[in-house]
Amino acid sequence: MHQAALLGAQIQDAHHYGWEVTHPVQHDWKKMAEAVQNYIKSLNWGHRVQLQDRKVKYLNIKASFVNEHTVCGVTKADKKTLLSADHIVIATGGRPKYPMHVEGALEYGITSDDIFWMKESPGKTLVVGGSYVALECAGFLSGVGLDTTVMLRSIPLRGFDQQMSSLVTEHMASHGIQFLRGCTPSRVRRLPDGRLQVTWEDRASGNEDSGTFDTVLWAIGRVPETRSLNLEKAGVIISPDSQKILVDAWEATSVPHIYAIGDVAEGRPELTPTAIMAGKLLAQRLFGGSSALMEYDNVPTTVFTPLEYGCVGLSEEEAVARHGQECVEVYHAYYKPLEFTVAERDASQCYIKVVCLREPPQLLLGLHFLGPSAGEVTQGFALGIKCGASYKQLMRTVGIHPTCAEEVAKLHISKRSGLDPTVTGC
Amino acid sequence: MVLDFVIPSPHGTTWGLGGTCVNVGCIPKKLMHQAALLGQALHDSRKFGWEYNQQVKHNWETMIEAIQNYIGSLNWGYRVSMRENAVAYINSYGEFVEHHKVKATNRKGQATYYTAAKFVIATGERPRYLGIQGDKEYCITSDDLFSLPYCPGKTLVVGASYVALECAGFLAGIGLDVSVMVRSILLRGFDQEMAEKVGSYMEEHGVKFLRKFVPVMIQQLESGSPGKLKVVAKSTDGPETIEGIYNTVLLAIGRDSCTRKIGLEKISVKINEKNGKIPVNDVEQTNVPYVYAIGDILEGKPELTPVAIQAGKLLARRLFGGRIEKCDYINVPTTIFTPLEYGCCGLSEEKAIDVYGKENLEVYHTLFWPLEWTVAERDNNTCYAKIICNRPDNDRVVGFHILGPNAGEVTQGFAAAMKCGLTKQLLDDTIGIHPTCGEIFTSLEITKSSGLAITQKGC
Repeated sequence: MHQAALLGAQIQDAHHYGWEVTHPVQHDWKKMAEAVQNYIKSLNWGHRVQLQDRKVKYLNIKASFVNEHTVCGVTKADKKTLLSADHIVIATGGRPKYPMHVEGALEYGITSDDIFWMKESPGKTLVVGGSYVALECAGFLSGVGLDTTVMLRSIPLRGFDQQMSSLVTEHMASHGIQFLRGCTPSRVRRLPDGRLQVTWEDRASGNEDSGTFDTVLWAIGRVPETRSLNLEKAGVIISPDSQKILVDAWEATSVPHIYAIGDVAEGRPELTPTAIMAGKLLAQRLFGGSSALMEYDNVPTTVFTPLEYGCVGLSEEEAVARHGQECVEVYHAYYKPLEFTVAERDASQCYIKVVCLREPPQLLLGLHFLGPSAGEVTQGFALGIKCGASYKQLMRTVGIHPTCAEEVAKLHISKRSGLDPTVTGC
Repeated sequence: MVLDFVIPSPHGTTWGLGGTCVNVGCIPKKLMHQAALLGQALHDSRKFGWEYNQQVKHNWETMIEAIQNYIGSLNWGYRVSMRENAVAYINSYGEFVEHHKVKATNRKGQATYYTAAKFVIATGERPRYLGIQGDKEYCITSDDLFSLPYCPGKTLVVGASYVALECAGFLAGIGLDVSVMVRSILLRGFDQEMAEKVGSYMEEHGVKFLRKFVPVMIQQLESGSPGKLKVVAKSTDGPETIEGIYNTVLLAIGRDSCTRKIGLEKISVKINEKNGKIPVNDVEQTNVPYVYAIGDILEGKPELTPVAIQAGKLLARRLFGGRIEKCDYINVPTTIFTPLEYGCCGLSEEKAIDVYGKENLEVYHTLFWPLEWTVAERDNNTCYAKIICNRPDNDRVVGFHILGPNAGEVTQGFAAAMKCGLTKQLLDDTIGIHPTCGEIFTSLEITKSSGLAITQKGC
């Protein structure tokens, strides 16, 4: 859906490059949703086939523990089965949270579980939350032409580098997305015409305000799927704060033959590729005679907001907290993607920074890239960091011209110098 | 002081400050490539729900104007930059007359003489002509294409260089009827498996290839903007002769160094007589100690803008900044911006076999389907990734190749990683960013030697 939004922007760019597109240009949600849903179904099918090919029995049942070696499964038709095994892996993930204290939240609001399956356009939407889920959804909804508002309780992208997070939301705000900062919803009501009235409180002033929307999308966090598993029956311990399952470096829970991987495990990045790799390595350890453990440090990721944000390693705040301001050097640059020039696009938030140790050879601690194709740019540099890259080595890498990624290899202005970090020239 | 002068092309084209890249190279090329990509995006967008009038035409003049305006702003930017750094910019043709002395001739033919303690030659190259009847009068080159005031129409591109393929690619992408005439192989010097894949994709998308032919005569049938040209070509593989009629013939058969008419013989700077290139040592010094050279004219160095810029920067720092750092020419990454982009760093498979021996190499490869192409119903099992590893050296990655969208963006970071000694293990230990194309390199499993199929499945 982010791609649909990007294509919308490209249609606008196209006329600068000579393409004579007649306006108006409309977006048909139904058509997009159908195409996306069909593709997802083909993936579902592909997974079923793969399981079959590898002789893995697939049971569509809701499972919970009876004891540490036995699981009880219930089908949709309410039939019960008992299964026992030597090893059990829990990978039940999480589900979106509803703000249960907000009247009408459950009846009238939807979550990311629903948005991708909607057959009709969500229309004018209020997205509640400051997570990457909230911002990414708000981003593509606005990108396909819908009136979109984001309501934030406090800061956007908690846990991410805050300077970068500000630039992300700044870009969204300057491209038509409204932000209600420092506000919390108190009530959702359905109006006679079917639309939703949301009432909220501005935390700073204490004032109440309200607005009318077609859709309210809750993106305020996800809860791990552990409550219905009857983990106590197996003796598997969870964190009292997060409700996630406690695991060790071997992905084992408090019960040696029961493992947990993915979003349901405590202390793990909630990312698909880490879950996949953890699972692969676990299988290799259990049955392949390997002893390789999963490395969870320096995991790269990308937030697919309208202007994408790719990062790996430490945020500037984390680096300073860990090493002290005096021992950290940050090199940065504001750059303009070549494709934006002729398209007359605003590149004010296109920004890169690397956080390194000040001491030579200046080991790279973190890379932050805000711009188009951020995921593609970041992946290779994540490899660099894995290889222990230093700023010195980065500077010896010749750039590929013309790309956005080359600007990473050309960073030379430090924050400390106070000099203007705007890239000039070709 | 900078002496910069552009000798007009046979068609009279000239340009401002900034060299080939800014004016008649990377920059306009990438912008035209972007125009072509946007054409494709317009097509894809319908599958993602975007609706607008089916008939979308491309207007050449609009594109040229926009691109030339941007180039103009870069020329201006460089003029300002020179001024701000107190560098005198003289728009004159420079040539050595004796040691430490150059003659600078301006557009009007007036000559001025300058002396200096040190000189840097960065005169670059210009496109080569065929040396056949009608070539200079009727054919254009990349020097002319990027500011051509009229749409080139049905075009024959002669050559198999990346210049030829990139130009053919974007011309086809904006809707023109394009043919490419190739004497022998595509992209000489590049990994040939990748080169063939680049060519196949272009062919599948409407570019016609005339392989193993060379033009022998170009005749003008009609003058105009564009006119009509008749091209006669002979096969390199037999007696066959073919003829074709085109609006434009674009020659992209190579570039020649601008080193033969700048008085180098007067000060005994040695050049390679065969190709005009200047051999330098590892501090970019010619055989004459006070004369340095950088950029495309260097013998044995990659002909790339960032290499030239890096070499120049470091040279300046060594000469005047008390620094000692040398330009690192190893594992310089590059990207070819053909319709399906090709990014690479390190050795081609052929070169790697030469250098390390086939038994010491392991090649991992896979086809992949970018997520954005799925809903757009674009070719699956076309994009391709491969790495070449040197087994005895910890499976060190000595060659990196990707054929797919945003190839440049993907390749850059991996080039930095190769600079830091990237190995297969490190790739395997790194988590992929999902969903991207680049992540494919963190999960390469199938080797060429296994012979296993590399077609796609799963998310």
